[in-house]
Amino acid sequence: MGRLQIPKGSLCRALRGALPCGLSSVGLASCSGGVLDPLGPVGAENATILIDSAVIMLAIVVPTILLAFWVAWRYRASNPRGEYLPYWSYSGRVEAVVWSIPTLTVMFLGGLIWIGSYELDPFRPLPSKVRPLEVQVVSLDWKWLFIYPQQGIATINQLVVPAATPVHFSITSASVFNAFFVPRLGSMIYAMPGMVSQLHLQADDPGQLLGISAQFSGDGFSDMQFQVKSVPAADFGAWVASVRGTGPVLDRAAYAELLQQAQRVPPSTYGGIDPQLFLAVANQQIAPGPGPQPGGPHHAGREVSTSGKD
Amino acid sequence: MLGKLDLSAIPLSQPIPLITSFVVILIAVAVLILITAKGWWPYLWHEWITSVDHKRIGVMYCLLGVVMLIRGFADAIMMRTHQALAIDAPGYLPPEHYDQVFTAHGTIMILFGAMPLVLGFMNFLVPLQLGVRDVAFPTFNSVGFWLTASGALLVNVSLFVGEFARTGWLPYPPLSETTYTPGVGVDYYLWAVQISGVGTLITGINIVTTVLKMRCPGMSFLRMPVFCWTALASCMLIVATFPILSATLAMLTLDRYLGWHYFTNTAGGNPMMFVNLVWAWGHPEVYILVLPAFGIFSEIFSTFSGKPLFGYRSMVAATLFICIVSMMVWLHHFFTMGAGPAVNTFFGISSSIIAVGTGVKIYNWIFTMYGGRVRFEVPMLWSMGFIFTFIIGGLTGVLLAIPPADFVTHNSMFLVAHFHNVIIGGVVFGIFAGLEFWFPKAFGFRLHEGWGKVAFWFAFIGFWVTFTPLYVLGLLGMTRRLQHINIEAWRPWLYISVIGVGILILGVISQVMQLVVSIRDRETLRDVTGDPWDGRSLEWATPSPPPFFNFAVMPNVEGEEAYWGIKLRAVETQQLSPEPKYEPIHMPVNSPVGFFTAFFTTVFGFAMVWYIWWLASVALVAAFVGFVVFAWRDIHEFEVPIEQVASVDRARRAAREALLEKLTRQEVLP
Repeated sequence: MGRLQIPKGSLCRALRGALPCGLSSVGLASCSGGVLDPLGPVGAENATILIDSAVIMLAIVVPTILLAFWVAWRYRASNPRGEYLPYWSYSGRVEAVVWSIPTLTVMFLGGLIWIGSYELDPFRPLPSKVRPLEVQVVSLDWKWLFIYPQQGIATINQLVVPAATPVHFSITSASVFNAFFVPRLGSMIYAMPGMVSQLHLQADDPGQLLGISAQFSGDGFSDMQFQVKSVPAADFGAWVASVRGTGPVLDRAAYAELLQQAQRVPPSTYGGIDPQLFLAVANQQIAPGPGPQPGGPHHAGREVSTSGKD
Repeated sequence: MLGKLDLSAIPLSQPIPLITSFVVILIAVAVLILITAKGWWPYLWHEWITSVDHKRIGVMYCLLGVVMLIRGFADAIMMRTHQALAIDAPGYLPPEHYDQVFTAHGTIMILFGAMPLVLGFMNFLVPLQLGVRDVAFPTFNSVGFWLTASGALLVNVSLFVGEFARTGWLPYPPLSETTYTPGVGVDYYLWAVQISGVGTLITGINIVTTVLKMRCPGMSFLRMPVFCWTALASCMLIVATFPILSATLAMLTLDRYLGWHYFTNTAGGNPMMFVNLVWAWGHPEVYILVLPAFGIFSEIFSTFSGKPLFGYRSMVAATLFICIVSMMVWLHHFFTMGAGPAVNTFFGISSSIIAVGTGVKIYNWIFTMYGGRVRFEVPMLWSMGFIFTFIIGGLTGVLLAIPPADFVTHNSMFLVAHFHNVIIGGVVFGIFAGLEFWFPKAFGFRLHEGWGKVAFWFAFIGFWVTFTPLYVLGLLGMTRRLQHINIEAWRPWLYISVIGVGILILGVISQVMQLVVSIRDRETLRDVTGDPWDGRSLEWATPSPPPFFNFAVMPNVEGEEAYWGIKLRAVETQQLSPEPKYEPIHMPVNSPVGFFTAFFTTVFGFAMVWYIWWLASVALVAAFVGFVVFAWRDIHEFEVPIEQVASVDRARRAAREALLEKLTRQEVLP
């Protein structure tokens, strides 16, 4: 990843480390799990930009707030020391300064936005000597399907990746919008029906991470979580070998079952795949998920839910 | 006969909506009985329901907004307590109910809470500040208000009959298409928002026309109070963007009712188009709300500092700058859709550029206080709270406008905290400041100061205790709209947030107490002068409350801060201007057309939701006939006789004599 050269002094480094732990030092939150505790290069860049921009703006904002309260206090009606200037309502110099401060700040941030948008474009491959792992992602009602085309296996609600290896995700949806997001790995992107989004991420070290959907997708949305296991490269091979050839095969019939709405789906694996499946889903050669079905637990009855009212 | 409607639409198995429905119906019946028993119907009908007086309509808008704010707040209490109870537990709201609660919360707070209040302020103030007797289209104005009320009623009917949408306050397809959401909830949403959207558009057209065409003699554009400028900018945005909303919702309606394919998953539909269109309205909508709030703060900073607004022209420029740029930023709501770096760069930069306009405003307010005599009365407390809160909200907003930072905070609790930070800190604080400031003008007595201060501190502290934890949760990776939670690390922050909600509840109770105590003590709080805050714009030249014709004689404006100039002259010459020659005034007659139209559009919306086609047809025709009958009327104005005009104005002048004496004695004027 071409590192961003915009301000990234040791102060910001320290802050990035300090912020989540600083918050947790109140004794309330775990130090891990957030976007400020990244495990890969993309997340690290996201967090750096977030914190650097916050620091830049705080440098303007804190003095402004202090100025506001100082002026209000200094010129309180009960203070005889504050000189009353009842007609003072224009000063060209002050005007020039008040337009300049936000303009310069925004110009500076504009540069950061420009460079950052290109550097961290989710579609852009990560520079690495290691060949990326291909993973195809399908969001379903309400579960995540991960297809490993190079390995010929697939998983539900469980993503296993080799550490220190770039992963190229091709992401689509089989029903409604979702957003694929692993907070500690960085950038999220939408999963949309009939379209394929690209995302490149990498976990630097082994670890257990949380993956979520970050776009509301219906009643089962809260359980659209997946476990992300970053494992040493050697262990990844062993895991693939243990999955391949065992358990069910992800063919059209198995996929048709996945299309049905279901909540709280436990993680599982498929020992084999239909290699054309992802393309068929993305092209909508396979019709999208049917939504709530009559008689199903979450069908809306006679178009009116029998249980949910507000 | 009744379409899809049958008894299963009543939430018999759900205690929360059932009991709520029961209590609301009970209260409604009790109020109706009280009105009937006291014989208040003629008064209500002639003075309020059919009134075309912009002040009455403004007050009714605000009343509707306040009631809806309380309804939306009840939803908020449920959401925060439910999430705190749903950590490794089911909580007390099942998903299909919880999803309706957060959808209703967003829809109601923005469209039926904040919007009516902002429109109410504009209605009440713009003609008074411009020195005219009414808005450009008084009857049309009444129609606009009643259509908004019609939409609000439909949303609330969904609580008792059927369900509300469970898609989020902007119903993104394909989730909102019939395939994935077959119930009536989205239909309630569509018709309620569509009907009230027409009402809002009417008010927008009305205010734009009023500002452009109806200023009193001498009131040139650059002499208008800044609130009028912000109202103009806000209403230009309404005129420009509400048609986008209407068209977008109409397309989704056609998808849902006739099986068309604008936004469907298949058959050539494109759900991304909905997201673009709805935010092309949705982002300007934020500025429609906040610009008038900026106007309110501008008036308050100037009045309570005893100084003209600093950099008036700069403020006007910043307002118009925000007005225009706000229509070029919508894509920042979905940087994560994968539009590509060039598009993201453009919208990221355009979004942060808005901070230039708001930044200038903040500095100008600070310099308005510089060299002033700042009085920390309740409106000023809200304004100072606003400066602090809004600056922080602006900072997190610019963070979200940076695409690579948004990639990890989009849709997170960080985002939720951000937009509450700007909408509560900006719009809601502005509304409360404005209610405190103009209440004596509308009702003739001030609000109790002690309770007002208590309410401010509870709201201010409660806000920060509620939403700071949400910022932390967002950075910890928590996304919005979760019905249950299984991450232990989030627990303490969710608990702290509930404590904040508790403080906010105390704030709401204090507001209610303030109103009750003020009504009880209204004689001691009476504003006899019409100018309780030492004001600077023309509304303070009228008695409190102003007569229905506002001004006996049109003011003649000779500079910025019209009323301040009049006051200065009076103090210098030690007398009021000579008594003018009174003439009869022509005022528009009352009209029930707004109420009738809204009654039938409500019936129409309800019938469409439940597929009762015959009733929908009847109601639609009836609503149209109302307009036709109205157009046939011959008498649309009546004459206020000279004697009445003179007697009202002489009373006002007598009060002004007393005020002049007081001002001279106190030497408050330089």
